[in-house]
Amino acid sequence: MDKIQKKLQTKSKATFQDYFGKGICYLCIGLIILLVTCILYFIASKGLATFTQDKVRVFDFLTKTNWNPGAVDSQGHPDVGALPMIVTSFSVTLLAALLATPFALGVAIFMAEFSSKKGTKVLQPVIELLVGIPSVVYGFIGLSVVVPFIREIFGGTGFGILSGTLVLFVMILPTITSLSVDSLKAVPMFYRQASLALGATRWQTIYKVVLRAAIPGILTAIIFGMARAFGEALAVQMVIGNAALMPKNLISPASTLTSKLTTDIGNTVMGTLPNNALWSLALILLLMSLILNMLVKFIGKRGRF
Amino acid sequence: MNAKKVDKIANVVIYTIVALVVILLLAILGYILFNGVPDISWHFLTSAAQSFSSGGGIRDQLFNSLYLLVLTIIVSLPIGLGAGIYLSEYASDNWFTDLIRTSVEVLSSLPSVVVGLFGYLLFVIKLNLGFSILSGAIALTFFNLPLLTRNIEESLRGVPNLQREAGMSLGLSNWKTTTKIVLPAALPGILTGLILSAGRIFGEAAALIYTAGQSAPTVDYGNWNIFSSTSFLNPMRPAETLAVHIWKVNTESVTPDAHLISSASSAVLIIVILIFNLGARFLGNKLYKKITATK
Amino acid sequence: MKKKTIISLVLGLAALMLILTGCGNSGSKESSAASKGSSSNEASGKITIVGSTALQPLVEKAAANFQKKNSKINITVQGGGSGTGLSQVQDKSVTIGNSDIFAEEKQGIDSKKLTDHKVAVVGMAPVANKDVNVKNLTMDQLKKIFTGKITNWKEVGGKDEKITVVNRAKGSGTRATFEAAVLKGDEAVKSQEQDSNGTVQKIVSSTPGAISYLAFSYINDKLQAVSIDGVKPTDANVENNKWKIWSYEHMYTNGAAKGAAAKFLDYMNSDDVQKSLVKDMGYISIHNMKVQKDSKGTVSSK
Repeated sequence: MDKIQKKLQTKSKATFQDYFGKGICYLCIGLIILLVTCILYFIASKGLATFTQDKVRVFDFLTKTNWNPGAVDSQGHPDVGALPMIVTSFSVTLLAALLATPFALGVAIFMAEFSSKKGTKVLQPVIELLVGIPSVVYGFIGLSVVVPFIREIFGGTGFGILSGTLVLFVMILPTITSLSVDSLKAVPMFYRQASLALGATRWQTIYKVVLRAAIPGILTAIIFGMARAFGEALAVQMVIGNAALMPKNLISPASTLTSKLTTDIGNTVMGTLPNNALWSLALILLLMSLILNMLVKFIGKRGRF
Repeated sequence: MNAKKVDKIANVVIYTIVALVVILLLAILGYILFNGVPDISWHFLTSAAQSFSSGGGIRDQLFNSLYLLVLTIIVSLPIGLGAGIYLSEYASDNWFTDLIRTSVEVLSSLPSVVVGLFGYLLFVIKLNLGFSILSGAIALTFFNLPLLTRNIEESLRGVPNLQREAGMSLGLSNWKTTTKIVLPAALPGILTGLILSAGRIFGEAAALIYTAGQSAPTVDYGNWNIFSSTSFLNPMRPAETLAVHIWKVNTESVTPDAHLISSASSAVLIIVILIFNLGARFLGNKLYKKITATK
Repeated sequence: MKKKTIISLVLGLAALMLILTGCGNSGSKESSAASKGSSSNEASGKITIVGSTALQPLVEKAAANFQKKNSKINITVQGGGSGTGLSQVQDKSVTIGNSDIFAEEKQGIDSKKLTDHKVAVVGMAPVANKDVNVKNLTMDQLKKIFTGKITNWKEVGGKDEKITVVNRAKGSGTRATFEAAVLKGDEAVKSQEQDSNGTVQKIVSSTPGAISYLAFSYINDKLQAVSIDGVKPTDANVENNKWKIWSYEHMYTNGAAKGAAAKFLDYMNSDDVQKSLVKDMGYISIHNMKVQKDSKGTVSSK
């Protein structure tokens, strides 16, 4: 009796093993959360210094168009208006996503619905290879191929939003494609079978059934692509021209948040306004990637059925 | 227009798009390889870089890239494994799991410049690690971790529940089941994911400029003492990787053959990533066969 | 993957972290010890040099040569930009901060704490795309181009083509030097900015109608170097200040240089470096200068 009671009341070896395992997992999870908190805290504290320490008004920062840290405007406020960079970042990102989505979807449909194993076997490694090409290399191909090309066709210097868009288009194409393929493949087979059995053609099945079912996944893919485009620095910096001006058209030199950040950070002194202002740009970048993430989550929740 | 016609048109459109993309991809790869491969020689791969005379190689940069890759994996794999196991085996559907998933996703979408600058402030300056391979490896962990975690989680989820039930019914603990039964079954997938993410680490530059540094001090490849500052294994030494080298050569170098070095280095980089990809596929398949086939 | 393997991985990782942070700390102690106490004859220790990317290759090469003779001194050279170099040396995070610019010119730097060591002189010249067909400009024309008052090459005797101004990053040493010598206080036109010499070189040589400015060592035959008021951009003209656009390359220490750092700075100033390396890099030796410039830009004979 005693023995059984003891066995029932004390925890078994297996339970302890499980505690141990859970412990390790929680440790890892804790570490990740710590890392994220750290990065959020650091960048927020640096980026907010512009507003708390240097007394720049948030509204001015977001809406003024003159970027000249170190100088002051007529009312004695520091001259840091980040609007040109924000606008450029958004236009480059949106245009690149608009351009890349049809291509990525076409390839994804081909890989998931059309091709047998053979086509996928060739396409997939090539697409994965493109993800691995460093952005510097993309930048230099952009500088030596895309920029002269734009200059020939549209005139101007060739530097600007259009060149940036084209380079980013190639960079986010693999991201959007491979995530879309995953979501298309996740659509259950019997959807297709049912549709085909009703007499629908292959295209009708794809367009009316499979694509509809995969829409949340595809949107997620596009937003991930946009997040990558938004944060890309070195490649864009080389082709966009880096002029902190409101973009007048698609072929005039402009400057994105990231390109301004990489160009200027080494030339500023830590703790001074020009440096803090750059960290504020980083903060905007961070907030944007957070927002894009929330969007993905939201779409994912809505799309579950 | 009837459905058949639409179907045909759609076919044509899709095939055109695929053809266009394939041409584009091949053009880019071709451009890089065509410009770079003729300049790759044994001498180029095995000699040290030159600051301002021509004829420099990429020996140190190539080694640094590989070493940094290994260190990054050592740092990130255990964490990714723990997090992946938690998410697939233990996590219940509540706010905490949501928080973790969001954290991992936030990490994955961080702009690399921001990570680089953060690493610079925290590791290089505050923690006094200096410009070093270790700082670089930790910064790269930020990129690697989300990819790795997601991959491990998905591989684990891909293992049929039957296996878990079998383990449980034998009286094994949840943890034993996971590590002895589920994990081995998921290993091929995990390995493939690991090697593919390695490609991204290999090509990363922006995050490393401010963490691992942009100079490659001469190191002694015969010195195996990990704490000696001249040892090639010392993780506290600064290290310029191949991707950073390409960036530096293109932006500030006064070497007369900067153009050659940059295109040849790009080609080397792509070839290495290609080897990774093919290797990942090959290893994954082989391992899968070995584990699933009857012994 | 077995449990033990995972444990050992995790433990190994933790141990690695501990060891590494430990040796990171000891490393920094060593370096501060070197900068404080080792004024004894036995020069040993660790020197960390951070800053100007333009100066980095020269210092790197010099450091490699120096270490051949002084194996006990360990020198690390990094880029990061002049601003980074100055703020780090001010915080004492590094031993020496490289800069293309006088510390006095940089906002947020207390120049009184820092000791300047000038190691080389760099000349800069306006460069234009070859197709504009202009080889000489007056100082006034140059100023008007960069302030946006002249916008077509035909106004300065070239072909009928729009001028594309490529400026350098705000706060960079190159831009500060150029603006001090050419614009003399006027605001430059807002235009493209590029940070690095290599990119500017590439852009100007491939963009029709482009003008920018580069350090002498980056000027090649794909670009048109522009003379000012008939003076050619040559080393000899810089040495006697006929060519006005030049600046020093600085290496700053916090307080006076001591121990290993002092020894290395002496080496930078020796003929070994000044007569060979400095020339190879396309810089001008400070020994050859017949004039000197102070932080306000006033030039006096030496």
